[in-house]
Amino acid sequence: MNANPQPLNLAPLLTVKSVCKSFLKPDGDELVVLDHVGLTLRPGEIVGLLGRSGSGKSTLLRLICGLDTPTSGVVDYQGKAVAGPTRGIAMVFQSFALFPWLTVFENVKLGLEALRLPEAEIRKRSLQAIDLIGLDGFESAYPRELSGGMRQRVGFARALVVHPSILLMDEPFSALDILTAETLRSDFLDLWGEGQLPIRSVLLVTHNIEEAVQMCDRLLIFSTNPGRVVSELPVDLPHPRSAVDPRFQALVDRVYVEMTAKPRGELRGGGLKTERFAGTGIGTALIHVSSNLLAGLVEAVHASPYNGKADLPVIAEDLHMEVDDLLRVAEALQMLRFAEVEGGDIRLTEAGSAFARGESDERKHLFARHLLTYVPLAAHIRRVLDERSSHTAPKSRFFDELEDYMAEESAEQTLRTIISWGRYAETFAYDDARQVFSLENPA
Amino acid sequence: MRFELPISVIKTRYVPGAWDVAAFILIFAGFAYLADAAHGLTGSLAHLEAQRISLDPRYLPGYAARTALRMLVAMIASLVFTFTYGTLAAKSKRAAIVLIPLLDILQSVPILGFTIVTVFFLQLTPGRVAGAELAAIFLVFTSQAWNMAFSFIHSLRSIPDELDEAARSFHLGPWMRFWRLEVPFAMPPLIWNMMMSMSGGWFFVVAAEAMAVGNTTVTLPGVGAYIATAIQDKSLSAIGWAIVAMAIVILIYDQLLFRPLTASADWFRLEQEAGLTPSRSWALTMMRRSRLFSLGGRLFGSAIQLGFNRGALRQRRPRESGAASSTFLGDVTWYAIIAALIAIALWCIARFVLNHVPLAEVAHVVGLGGLTLLRVAILIALASVVWVPIGVYIGMRPRLARTVQPIAQFLAAFPVNLLFPIVVSGIVVFKLNPNIWLSPLMVLGTQWYILFNVIVGASSLSPDLKYAGENLGVRGWLWWRKIALPAVFPFYVTGAITASGGSWNASIVAEVAEWGTTHLHAAGLGAYIADATAAGDFPRNVLGIVVMSMIVVAVNRLFWRRLYDRAQRKFRLS
Repeated sequence: MNANPQPLNLAPLLTVKSVCKSFLKPDGDELVVLDHVGLTLRPGEIVGLLGRSGSGKSTLLRLICGLDTPTSGVVDYQGKAVAGPTRGIAMVFQSFALFPWLTVFENVKLGLEALRLPEAEIRKRSLQAIDLIGLDGFESAYPRELSGGMRQRVGFARALVVHPSILLMDEPFSALDILTAETLRSDFLDLWGEGQLPIRSVLLVTHNIEEAVQMCDRLLIFSTNPGRVVSELPVDLPHPRSAVDPRFQALVDRVYVEMTAKPRGELRGGGLKTERFAGTGIGTALIHVSSNLLAGLVEAVHASPYNGKADLPVIAEDLHMEVDDLLRVAEALQMLRFAEVEGGDIRLTEAGSAFARGESDERKHLFARHLLTYVPLAAHIRRVLDERSSHTAPKSRFFDELEDYMAEESAEQTLRTIISWGRYAETFAYDDARQVFSLENPA
Repeated sequence: MRFELPISVIKTRYVPGAWDVAAFILIFAGFAYLADAAHGLTGSLAHLEAQRISLDPRYLPGYAARTALRMLVAMIASLVFTFTYGTLAAKSKRAAIVLIPLLDILQSVPILGFTIVTVFFLQLTPGRVAGAELAAIFLVFTSQAWNMAFSFIHSLRSIPDELDEAARSFHLGPWMRFWRLEVPFAMPPLIWNMMMSMSGGWFFVVAAEAMAVGNTTVTLPGVGAYIATAIQDKSLSAIGWAIVAMAIVILIYDQLLFRPLTASADWFRLEQEAGLTPSRSWALTMMRRSRLFSLGGRLFGSAIQLGFNRGALRQRRPRESGAASSTFLGDVTWYAIIAALIAIALWCIARFVLNHVPLAEVAHVVGLGGLTLLRVAILIALASVVWVPIGVYIGMRPRLARTVQPIAQFLAAFPVNLLFPIVVSGIVVFKLNPNIWLSPLMVLGTQWYILFNVIVGASSLSPDLKYAGENLGVRGWLWWRKIALPAVFPFYVTGAITASGGSWNASIVAEVAEWGTTHLHAAGLGAYIADATAAGDFPRNVLGIVVMSMIVVAVNRLFWRRLYDRAQRKFRLS
């Protein structure tokens, strides 16, 4: 069984048909995480799922693996609907998920023991997998004795040893440092290219665009909230792929454009998660970005060589930031009208440039003005504090309001964000011990 | 392709080494003791009573061994309880509704209040020693099992998602999942709780060996019975010998059981940081190095392996997801049944108690509860004032802490009821007021929990914070207020909760004391329960226990838990 990196026109191994997944919010409403997602996986290909964090791509992977069941739709593996963990589909986890009390050898053979294979076969296959993945000599080591890269190798060996047809990878390299991730990726691609792996196809979830372009034959780009496949890009560069190849760069750029494109017919309330309710606007969930990061990115874009406008992939590289983190900061700036993000670029607005030039006090004033104008929740909190004679309000008051619009964790994070921004802007104060908002800052 | 076996599975010829000799001696000494102790089990109770406990110190090693064996059996029973009850409570949502609150209450019930239940065990095997032994072991079990079960339930519920997903995606059956994922994951906190249980257990095993319920008096050969006899005979020298024997037994337990357990707990820890210095234990080294022990370990492993195969077989059948089975109607019925049972139980208790006890006495008992509460509160406060500064002082000096901490741990394990006679003889000789001077006995054994938790807290203060304080010139009272006390506060609360719980328990033995024919009696709920037990008065015993449990639960809920939550919220750094 040779895994040919070229996609062949064979019957699909796996078909995901119109899968939806939603969770129940405390108020009984449904939070849709996946919205009619469809994909096919054919023998011999590596397919990448690209999307921001929270776009539901990891949820999709869990549905495919049988760890969770879809609300509607079907995951079809070799003609049968997946219901529960399925033989033939194995997973590599972002956090490795090794059992710390088992040695490398014991971790690897665990999946075979569960299949009740004869002892001799278990030993033979485990040693083969350990050998293949480059863990020779580490059989009796415990995971805590290994570096991150070696741990993820155990994760790979453990998944490969059961000879799955499909290997699911959930951001397998994102917990590793850049150099280690690079080594592990190219080792994996070498084994795959040489047809040494017992697998027939791979589904890779990632938010690292370069990684996706380097490894995959096909990319599916996910939108956030709810998660859907918004576009599909074939990657037909020959292996080994070089990141300095102009065609490689062009593809990376295209993916950036796709990922920062505004979905049609929908104004993204500042670009962050939009769980909007008609009329109010305080129900916009905020993702926590510290004021330091906001100021940092504004300064970086303002300075040369960008002078107010930067290509996202370029500045991401320059600042050593993951796309996901960078986009999060960029979109927070967009919500505050300090920058605009479009077509893979970030451009500072007038206010953004003024902010970059300003001193500490000017920055705070500007930030405060934009916070109150463009973030309805901040304006709302300030209004409530102004109206009350005590000029204080408990956190729970706003938390309960937010919970009408979003899940509990989102509400918690949104409040954390607004508290941090409000403190920076000195728009209001917050006492964590008493969990109370107020207007006075302790002198 | 290589076919050599990894080091861990290579089988070599059996060559006994030095560690094997040590293991051999230990194992056979254990067998000898076991056989000796078991021999006594089948004997008749009458025969046992005829055989008076001898105060000759030569018999003490034998008595001590019997005491230690009871502890071991109780610990095994507690583990079995933990694994079954805990698993059920963690896995079944419906069972949890009943099992977890029940455990919470059981944890608050004064264990010595259970003494009266021992009559039940005596009737199980009339006239046989086995019944009395079971009763004593049951008493120790009740002092050990609850917190262990709680820790296990908590662990099962907090298994990290990714390990759970890995286990499921690799098709681990329930049995394999239990031994490969759940038990190892639960191990470190469970081991810690086992140690705490053991510490507490000595106190109760000593109390359980000389039980008097109504007309039934049971004296089981052991250190506790030896002490009881020494009290009757007013023999201070015998008490001295008993204290020495107990100290040695606890030391042996510490070396053979606690140390290896804590050392192996590091092994199961989830944080995968390299370079963690593992705890050392010679006994663990022996177990790991000795092939005799590893043979035993392998046998145990094979037994579990056998289970894996059967478990995997069962897994083959597609399982219904848990959500489907919990229907609305089923839930309603289940709640209704529970509510009905609780109502019936309440009615039974109330009728049982009120049939025999006038209502006015109930009020009186609540008043006694208030008195004991006052004692516990004052004593814990006093112990805190004394031990917190000392604990901080020690904890800030790592070398001192390393010496003192095992001592504090040892003192916490030492059954202070052995020291009671000395204090009591003092009260008799100096004609002191028992209402005041019996009280300190309540915290005598439990104050150490405060000390060693504060030491742990102070020594875990990050050096950076310490240096920052020095650098800023923070000194004196300001240093205590802003650095030391906040740093140890969460640890102090943990220690104080344990100490106050233990003090309530101790009140049952501390408020009533004897020295020869002199009876000392303090007014309080502990004394009330002790009296009711001695008189075999079931209704008053039940009333006392119910009142004490309610006070303990109330204090825990209204005071300690809030303080604990506050400490958790305020003092975490992320």
